[in-house]
Amino acid sequence: MAVTGVLRPGHAQIRVLNLEEDVKFYRDVFGLVEQGRDAQGRVYFKAWDERDHNSVILRQADTAGIDFFGFKVDSVATLNKLEGDLNAYGVKTERVPAGEMLATGERVRFEVPTGHVIELYAEKKDVGNGLGYSNPAPWNKQSETGFAPTRMDHALLGGGDLDGARDIFINVLGFYLTEEVVAEDGKTQIAVWLSCSNKTHDIAFVRCPENGKLHHVSYWIETWEKVLRAADLMSMNDVPVDIGPTRHGITRGATIYAFDRSGNRFETFSGGYISYPDMHVLTWPIQHLPEGLDYAQRKLHETFLTVFS
Amino acid sequence: MGVQAEPRTAVMVRITDTGESYKCHTDESLLTGMHRMGKRGIPVGCRGGGCSVCKVQVVAGAYSQIRAMSREYVSEEDLAHGRVLACCVAPRGEIELAVIGKLNKAVTR
Repeated sequence: MAVTGVLRPGHAQIRVLNLEEDVKFYRDVFGLVEQGRDAQGRVYFKAWDERDHNSVILRQADTAGIDFFGFKVDSVATLNKLEGDLNAYGVKTERVPAGEMLATGERVRFEVPTGHVIELYAEKKDVGNGLGYSNPAPWNKQSETGFAPTRMDHALLGGGDLDGARDIFINVLGFYLTEEVVAEDGKTQIAVWLSCSNKTHDIAFVRCPENGKLHHVSYWIETWEKVLRAADLMSMNDVPVDIGPTRHGITRGATIYAFDRSGNRFETFSGGYISYPDMHVLTWPIQHLPEGLDYAQRKLHETFLTVFS
Repeated sequence: MGVQAEPRTAVMVRITDTGESYKCHTDESLLTGMHRMGKRGIPVGCRGGGCSVCKVQVVAGAYSQIRAMSREYVSEEDLAHGRVLACCVAPRGEIELAVIGKLNKAVTR
């Protein structure tokens, strides 16, 4: 079987400054499906086509940003093995008990050198996408509501020790490097795109002065047409847009960067190519960041390297 | 969008760093007022109180807070001294402000 070990991004817990305002945004404008609230007051969502119970969790806080980003692994045995591998690599881990998050099994939690909390887990309740597992219809009402991404796709995280974080993902968790932005010295990586699958990226890191920063959480949109529909909905709902709609040179995905009601950047993303671990890394010298970021306009967007939550 | 029930009040905002002035309505943020008219001076970031690039020092004039601001970037002391995020406050009268938010990068070209 091809995809083993770490399967995919599974959840992102995002801090918001006004919970009810962002619940309304993620549910009504974004079109995520509200899945429930826990005793801590956190609100759980999933994208319409995701089958596991939740993928996006909002927590009321007095700062914006990301609490943690979690990946689903293929089994409890893999979870235990990867925890051992992390420890052997010198990464401290802790266990978060099953049920601490709704419908979610035990999690292995650790911090990477960019200051981000990363989690692995093997079990999350399969609630389905509402279409059933026998003779399923291709879509439903929820798939036409709001931006209606099919899944939470990846995150771009910012911090100082990009190299340290990259090494843990590559050397311990089995990710591979697909693309990189490299400084004028031809060596120093400014940003890296890492995959554990056939996607161009499941997680990415960008070097930035402060640790633990969120650049964006990205959501998969099925077509470029639907990315443009999301652009209409953003304007109709006064959503602050950062960049786009355009196409990235990096990963070749069609994109819009915009912000939720608390200033957390998100991306509505579509396309790109299918990636394999044997493929040569694609390199973007820093002077070509403008087209790497915005191929259509070839414009340097200063906010890309400066605005984080 | 639609008909305004009442005429909106606009006041002048002056950015001391650049000497630029713009009209801002009292029901919109200092940043929205600037950005909407294509004016420059205050860096435009997340526009949701989360990132701090639009942080300003209000030098003169009254304002009211219209959105929550991240405590990571705006402390109680900041609030007490008129250091606020331009995306989260609306003017109540004429305003004079200095830009203190920065577009900091780890790597400069």
